[in-house]
Amino acid sequence: MIVVWYIVLPALAAPLAWLGGRARPALARWIALAGTAAPLALLVWQWAAKADVLTSAFAAPAADPAGALRGVWLAHVQVDWIPQLGITFFLAEDGLTLIMLALTFALGLLAVLCSWRGITERVGFFHFVLLWTVAGLAGVFLSFDLFLFYFFFEMMLVPMYFVIAVWGHERRVYAAVKFFIFTQVSGLLTLVAIVALYFIHGRATGDYTFDYLKLLGTPMSTATATWLMLGFFVAFAVKLPVVPLHTWLPDAHTEAPTAGSVILAGVLIKVGAYGMLRFMIPLFPQASFDFRTVAMVLGVVGIIYGALMAYGQRDLKRLVAYTSVSHMGFVLLGIFAWNTLALQGVVLQLVCHALSTGALFILVGALQDRIHTRDLDQMGGLWQVAPRMGGTATFFALASLGLPGLGNFVAEFLILVGTWQVSRWAAVLGAVGLVFATVYALWFVQRAFQGAETHQSRFADLGRRETGMFAALIAGLLLLGFYPQPLIATTRHPVEALQLAATTRPATPATQPGSSAAIPTTAAPEDGP
Amino acid sequence: MTAGDLLTLAPLIALALSAVVVMLAAAFARSHALALTLTVLGLGITLGTLFVSAGRESHQVTPLLVFDDFALFVIGLIVVATTVVALLSWGYLQQGRVDPEEHYVLLLTATLGAATLAASTQFATLFLGLEILSVSLYALIAYPLAREESVEAAVKYLVLAGATSAFLVFGMALVYAQTGTMVLASLAPFLSLTPPDGGALVVTGLLLILGGLGFKLAVVPLHMWTPDIYQGAPAPVSAFVATVSKGAVVALLLRAFPPASLEKGSAVFLVLALVAIASMLAGNLLALRQDNVKRILAYSSIANMGYVLVAFLATGEGASVAVTLFLVAYAAASLAAFGVVTVLSTGVRDAERLDDYRGLAANRPWLTAVMTVSLFSLAGIPLTLGFVGKFFVVTAGAGAAMWSLVIVLVLTSTIGLYYYTRIIVVMFVPRAGHEVATERRAPAGIALAALTVFVLAFGVYPAPLIRLVEWAVATLD
Repeated sequence: MIVVWYIVLPALAAPLAWLGGRARPALARWIALAGTAAPLALLVWQWAAKADVLTSAFAAPAADPAGALRGVWLAHVQVDWIPQLGITFFLAEDGLTLIMLALTFALGLLAVLCSWRGITERVGFFHFVLLWTVAGLAGVFLSFDLFLFYFFFEMMLVPMYFVIAVWGHERRVYAAVKFFIFTQVSGLLTLVAIVALYFIHGRATGDYTFDYLKLLGTPMSTATATWLMLGFFVAFAVKLPVVPLHTWLPDAHTEAPTAGSVILAGVLIKVGAYGMLRFMIPLFPQASFDFRTVAMVLGVVGIIYGALMAYGQRDLKRLVAYTSVSHMGFVLLGIFAWNTLALQGVVLQLVCHALSTGALFILVGALQDRIHTRDLDQMGGLWQVAPRMGGTATFFALASLGLPGLGNFVAEFLILVGTWQVSRWAAVLGAVGLVFATVYALWFVQRAFQGAETHQSRFADLGRRETGMFAALIAGLLLLGFYPQPLIATTRHPVEALQLAATTRPATPATQPGSSAAIPTTAAPEDGP
Repeated sequence: MTAGDLLTLAPLIALALSAVVVMLAAAFARSHALALTLTVLGLGITLGTLFVSAGRESHQVTPLLVFDDFALFVIGLIVVATTVVALLSWGYLQQGRVDPEEHYVLLLTATLGAATLAASTQFATLFLGLEILSVSLYALIAYPLAREESVEAAVKYLVLAGATSAFLVFGMALVYAQTGTMVLASLAPFLSLTPPDGGALVVTGLLLILGGLGFKLAVVPLHMWTPDIYQGAPAPVSAFVATVSKGAVVALLLRAFPPASLEKGSAVFLVLALVAIASMLAGNLLALRQDNVKRILAYSSIANMGYVLVAFLATGEGASVAVTLFLVAYAAASLAAFGVVTVLSTGVRDAERLDDYRGLAANRPWLTAVMTVSLFSLAGIPLTLGFVGKFFVVTAGAGAAMWSLVIVLVLTSTIGLYYYTRIIVVMFVPRAGHEVATERRAPAGIALAALTVFVLAFGVYPAPLIRLVEWAVATLD
């Protein structure tokens, strides 16, 4: 039953925060803090208590993908929900879910903290939608029923939409609507794919069900599998985002309030990666394998395009948003490389990107609160005014460019090594992307914090609350950089189980070193800075 | 017909008697409160008589009417929806400058027509029910005589409804001429005919009948009246037109043309499929450029009827369930949305401009919540009943492998989101200047709260409602 609490706690805190906010705004903040801290504490306790389950030897049954996945669960619950359609309320948690949940609650907590002063209007309602988003995200990561997954997937969009549309910056409504429509179209295509899979499985076996474990290994023709896989891919590609479908992201991230950007960049876009890992590839292994070349090209294009675009931005938030596009390109690359090294890198990248980009968004938000602009041209020499802020910004910029010793480096390194075994060209071009990352990260620090102080008057440096947040994030990134083993150990068995689930039929994307996926060398897009 | 049949007929009798009682009461004592009380009481009694009727052994009353589980379920829905409309009307009419009592009489007669429609098994009762409904609606739409737009809307409705009634009757004549039957159930074999097989007369007749019914449903190309009438009619009457009148016709369609009898590729199927696609596209696209909330809801209802047709054409086993469930979801959400419009309306004009909703969240948080929930339900967002309904429609369509219809449904739903969220965002945008001063009224508040709880509760746990719907449609097959 513990898995239900991860959704119920924030969902219950949400209306309380709303009501509390009508009495006193501060009350809403504290309730929201408790609503994210409580599940986080529960999670940490569970992590510690189940450490032996997580790291014990993984005995994988040979031809039973569902059994392999089930074998690594820490907790689960399954009850009938809409029996008429074979829908069950099916939540389960393994090491991968645990990491995603930890991200969700930790960044939820940060989102509450970073809006402590910034949000002054409709405080109660703000924390209501924020907590609701957190609850929805927790549901997404826990669902093992495809209907339930879609349910949560859609459910969290609405509060996120409100966060952007009500508390956002100048062009908030445009950005919110764009975000909503992009995700909806893709979500509905997934819905069609899910329903189609439901009928294919039902017709073949007589068992009409949305149960993910039962749907694994549904027999179908290659063409059908390809179409259904594309239905899933489009939805997750919009979320991730993958390059031609990314255009909602810079707008949404830029216009959202700081807390919204943190949740968006930290957790929401990770749903795309999680969906591919958990659902798309295990459900359609062969079709995904055949699609690998295209996906890897898209990943490389994303890495380079995102970095180039980031370099060209004047708006600081937009800059950070484009770095997300670049970093998620690595994730896509790693997912489709689909070997142990790459997948471990992907998980690590998800966590490190959440921490570093979350921190950068909080920093930009803090800066904007003080100098009322995000325009790089209006900045310069800020280090003299606010040395702590400058140091923090430099640290996270270095994390973003993948400095050894920080988590991002380990993640990207693992992904590139894993990719190398599958496609050398993709690995090489991805590594080129790292060079661009250095350029945009250093350029950002140079323009904002170094040089002559030209425009700004005095303003306060980071306060205690902000320093505390950044200290925690810095510690996290350092820990992951020097000792990523606990995280890798936690997700190792679940990742192996997923690989197993996807390799129960011949010619699947297993670890096949040296295969030469044809990646064109001219992957760079023409619209650079 | 025996005396026992009168018991089976009790729901219709109760409705008719209520209308008479309310009318007589108005003749002796002009009291708005009394009229509303009697109306709600009458509707409550009608609801009770449904169980009396259900307990009877024989459901067929003469060859004209049948009170099987499905008819009783639909009548129950109609009665509940009318109760909501009556409760909403109270506050609305309090501010008007006309005597409000007869409004309730007309409401009850219109309900009688809708209920007759839901129970009819033959052309004669079909036409009778439709006409009782239409004639009551002419008067209901024009009820605030001082408002020019209401009268204009009523005249428009009168002319168009009159014309389509003529089509309907002509269609019935053609069908009768070739088949010699007026019983709806015996039409099924003719549905799969295509003209070269010699079914020209009967297929033409069936299409004319469908045209007559399609007008009431407001599907493309018979949709032109909807925005004007929704805009012109008093808000509670718009709610009635959107839900009760359409619900009764959908129920009749299910009875007359059971999904199982529609063969893919037959003329009737193709026409309905085209109509469904056109309705989904036109409804959603035309709503995009509207700034009038009532007109947006009108176009939304056109699109929603397109979705209903998708489920209707899904010839599989789940089709009837999907149609009925979607209808319930649509009706609840529409009633709530129009309810909010009603509550915000003043005696001078209806709250129909998008601007009237600016900053509503700050002044009327509960009302905003109701509107938000109902619009999300219409858009099919999870946690609302609308999501479950749409999911069933998609499932039914996919089960029948009608991919083109399902894809159009999915894509147009997304377009729909845009205009629903437009209204929602406006409510949360801060408003400069004075706030909307409207009274708070208990009856409407109760109705809206109940609807919202209904939409949310069955959105989260729909299994009991689905069981009820499955039980109701079981008698159709």
